[in-house]
Amino acid sequence: MKFASRLVNFETAPGDPYKPVSTPIYQTATFIQEQVDAFGEYDYSRSGNPTRTVLESQLAALENGSHAYCFASGMAAISAVTRLLCAGDEILADVDLYGGTCRLFSKVLDRAGIAVNYADALDPEGFARRLTPATKLVHIESPTNPLFRIIDIARIAEIAHAHGALFSIDNSAVSPYLQNPLDLGADIVIHSATKFLGGHHDVTGGAVIVKNEELAQQIRFFQNAEGTALGPFDSFLLLRGLKTLKVRLDCQQKNALAVADYLASRKEISRVFYPGLATCQGYDLHRRQARGPGSVMSFATGSVALSKKIAEATRLFHITVSFGSVSSSIGMPGTMSHASVPQEVLAKRDLPLDLIRISVGIEDKEDLIADLDQAISMATRCASESTD
Amino acid sequence: MSTQNLKEATIAIRGGRTLDSHAGSILFPLYQTGNFVHDAVGVDKGFSYSRVSNPTVDALEKAIAALEGTPSAVCFRTGMAAITTLLFSILRSGDHAILSDVVYGGTIRLFREVLDHLGVTGSFVDSSNPANVEAAITPTTRIILIESPGNPTLKLTDIASIARIAKQHSILLAVDNTFLTPFLQRPFELGADISILSTTKYIDGHNATVGGSVAAHDEKLLERLRLIRKTLGTIQAPFEAWLTLQGMKTLPARLRLHCSGALRVAQWLEAHPAVQYVFYPGLDSFPQKVLANQQQRGAGGIVAFELKGGGEAARETLNHLQLCSRAESLGGLETLVTHPSTTTHADVDPDVRQALGITDGLIRISVGLEDPEDLIADLDQAIAASMIMNQKERSAHEIRQPAG
Repeated sequence: MKFASRLVNFETAPGDPYKPVSTPIYQTATFIQEQVDAFGEYDYSRSGNPTRTVLESQLAALENGSHAYCFASGMAAISAVTRLLCAGDEILADVDLYGGTCRLFSKVLDRAGIAVNYADALDPEGFARRLTPATKLVHIESPTNPLFRIIDIARIAEIAHAHGALFSIDNSAVSPYLQNPLDLGADIVIHSATKFLGGHHDVTGGAVIVKNEELAQQIRFFQNAEGTALGPFDSFLLLRGLKTLKVRLDCQQKNALAVADYLASRKEISRVFYPGLATCQGYDLHRRQARGPGSVMSFATGSVALSKKIAEATRLFHITVSFGSVSSSIGMPGTMSHASVPQEVLAKRDLPLDLIRISVGIEDKEDLIADLDQAISMATRCASESTD
Repeated sequence: MSTQNLKEATIAIRGGRTLDSHAGSILFPLYQTGNFVHDAVGVDKGFSYSRVSNPTVDALEKAIAALEGTPSAVCFRTGMAAITTLLFSILRSGDHAILSDVVYGGTIRLFREVLDHLGVTGSFVDSSNPANVEAAITPTTRIILIESPGNPTLKLTDIASIARIAKQHSILLAVDNTFLTPFLQRPFELGADISILSTTKYIDGHNATVGGSVAAHDEKLLERLRLIRKTLGTIQAPFEAWLTLQGMKTLPARLRLHCSGALRVAQWLEAHPAVQYVFYPGLDSFPQKVLANQQQRGAGGIVAFELKGGGEAARETLNHLQLCSRAESLGGLETLVTHPSTTTHADVDPDVRQALGITDGLIRISVGLEDPEDLIADLDQAIAASMIMNQKERSAHEIRQPAG
């Protein structure tokens, strides 16, 4: 079956006597045991819930993994992965990471005796030199957020595995429709399901997908022990949103390519970061390891004030954090989603403060371009008036 | 109107409630959204991203704060997420915690299997004797976490005494008040710094959600909890928060019925010839009855009892119950029964289990709101059936092994 068919053809309610097409919401805390010493598949919703199981099976299938576990948020998912480490262990991570991940590393793991080394994974050999005997986990994003750098996933997998480390990748920026890191050698795929998987700005959630039983058992253990699993209602919403992943992304990506071309044509825009533009770093590599550039991009203007004016002058692009939804959004990572990146990490990465990140939705692409056009023109006019 | 002057029933329905200023809905809306539109870059209306905060979760937090009598509270995806986030907020590698030996099995697992690997250690002591807690204090002890009544034998810990010890040593005292809720026990008035609830239990009360909360008077501590909650992504979901907000309105009324039903069931069990012992703080035979009267406003809805016939009798009784459901959890409308030695405490070392009074013959009942007489009739027939089974087995045994 092709991806579009797999999105809608799966067991939506295994074993259910009424054979519903849509998965029932098991909004319950607990489950009755037939006999006191004969446990059924479910006993307590923190540990397992039928609605969540359907979602987890579907996500495992879509990422070509063996097991998936869904969490209350993407951060709860990443946090569960870091529990695979003990005090004294280290993580080697790429420099361009979501701000929340950096905060987890600096505010929580540090206190737990786990150190994180940051290095530029665009240079795999230099990256490999930063491995230490204590490195137990290598973590990256590709495309990275918010600079959309493309990292050679298969190469980093080789480096991690040669060292005996686990390799995890946050695949939120493109979704399993466009990229399957487990097939490229990753051990663990992490998603903020809040983004493309849900796609409607209505769920906060996360997922961890693995391809072997041993890792699966460990992730499941931490999901239960720390009580971070996704609730049944949110699981249902995700199951529903997921069915249109391909049609949404096809449309969003088509719009995004047009928007990126438009932005690249404006002289006020100094740089556009989008894996769909042939001029961008890693364009060929991304085409080799993924099936499309996605619909999130960033661009710079050379002026923080101008960027801020553009973001605030758009009408269809709403200023919000997050990305991947059917409705377009705009933000400035330096002051919003990545405000929590520690200074020492900021120094190592090129995160321009004038950077604008946009997530392109399914609106009409001409409306979106017209909106950006009026916003850029208005912001430029304001800027030149204030200099006059 | 200040919540402080209101009576319990009113607090449960009106206390700390956020009014819907937009449409005037009597029930606060369910904000099933991942994020919020900003007015300008970096300027929001108090909510930006639902992993950080959400109006419906915020409404639940204010309502729980009203129950707790604290300025605010922080809600989590589950009770275990509440405890995990609290401990990650306070403890770092090298730190030490002291816990009641009767804390929930999940809390013990969290120490043994998660925190231990991160260099955080926990000592589990019999906190019913405060001297044991004091003796366990080390220079790196940062927090004492107790549950009273304890699970499943309802052993009490003198919260005020432990609070004095904690204060002397400048250690935080957290009380998991899930079994009683703030309406039946006031941890802050007894000197605790932190109150933890698994809202899954009595607060929701309908077996409809899982959730947890942490309350404190120290705003700085709560701010730290919110930061770590945002970092670990452990916030409660909006829909579960909305359900909990509705469920908790009937808490005082439900608790009265849970308590009276539990007392009736406990008294009946105590008079039953097959029952060895009944653990319930409302019974005159309860060894810590004086302490219960001192620090509790009610005995709660949980009863544990031990059958003379031991493990076999307990299993048979449980399997013959028709109305009471064999299921984990507690505090809901439906009466739930569990066999602690093979379920919640199965991972505990058998010797330790024995020392805690968790014998194979022990059954825990979370007495629900069905009519107590119906519950008693169900227990009666199940115990009777277990005795018949037991007799049959005994005679079969005698046939196989003739005396002499």
